[in-house]
Amino acid sequence: MRFPSLILAPILAAATTIAVTAEEVTLPQDEVASLAAFDRLVAVIEHPRCMNCHTSTDFPRQGNARLRHNMGVARGPENHGTPALQCATCHQDNNAPSGVPGNANWHLAPLSMAWEGLDRRGICRQLTDPARSTMTPEQLVEHMNNDPLVLWAWNPGNDLNGLPREKPPMSAGEFGELVRVWVANGAQCPD
Amino acid sequence: MPVLKVNGSPHEIDLPDDTPLLWALRDTLGLLGTRYGCGAALCGCCTVHADGKALRSCVATLADVAGAEILTIEGLGTAATPHPVQAAWLEIDVAQCGYCQSGQMMQAAALLREIPKPSDADIDAAMSGNLCRCGTYSRVRAAIHRAAEFI
Ligand code: FES
Ligand code: FES
Repeated sequence: MRFPSLILAPILAAATTIAVTAEEVTLPQDEVASLAAFDRLVAVIEHPRCMNCHTSTDFPRQGNARLRHNMGVARGPENHGTPALQCATCHQDNNAPSGVPGNANWHLAPLSMAWEGLDRRGICRQLTDPARSTMTPEQLVEHMNNDPLVLWAWNPGNDLNGLPREKPPMSAGEFGELVRVWVANGAQCPD
Repeated sequence: MPVLKVNGSPHEIDLPDDTPLLWALRDTLGLLGTRYGCGAALCGCCTVHADGKALRSCVATLADVAGAEILTIEGLGTAATPHPVQAAWLEIDVAQCGYCQSGQMMQAAALLREIPKPSDADIDAAMSGNLCRCGTYSRVRAAIHRAAEFI
């Protein structure tokens, strides 16, 4: 657990004052609550359903073994595949009974949102560093709660063998709430 | 009744929305040039165009292609006026058994729409999802370069 640094101390003191004034139980900038929320939500970020398309490579991955996508599929200039072999050449609006997963906006996350190869601290810094992340913390809350492609992770359909794809280790609602708590309390990152 | 536009003609299709496009093309419209290989977007031989873009018709449902202009190998060109891809395929004699070749040509035509003079790397990237059991890959690549000269 991270202890408040000297630099943060005045901020926390101010936050405490505000909380007392508003007679709230929870501190608005509660670093501990934020870190605790991140510690739990990051398990979803690290899950193959999310990580397979948040790669740091020129290609997506597939399956729980996170193998390179079949057929040499590549990222392409817009993260939607290469000319003529786009994600949408095969991935349709919905999961197909054959096992091909689907969503109307199937694509790779941009490299600015690559998480692959980062530890939890690195993922957090990537998410919150304005120089690297393409989303503000508020946009992350929206993305992780409401983006249909994110929510696909909880409706992943069956694989090519007809077996249900594994879902992330908590419900979409719980994940979304943890992201809210993490951001509302300052989007703190572990040391 | 849902209308499917194929090769410039509208067709009324009385099938459920989740029917794969390939089923409608082959079984309902009798357009047998588009092939069934795997049914799971793994081989490319069912490739058609939807609004000019390559599409695996075995996984696209009628709902997915609602309103789109579908082009199949039957609409790509004619014997009298072949598409440049078809002309190049004939000149280089690409096909062996032929089973995969309509998909190869549709995929190649989609590539040439996007990149009229593709490099070997462009060709490999675009064609890597089109399998050929007979191994005609090097002729496919040569024919795409030849078709680019015709365009
Ligand atoms: S039959 Fe559609 S990709 Fe194989
Ligand atoms: S020519 Fe026989 S499978 Fe391609």
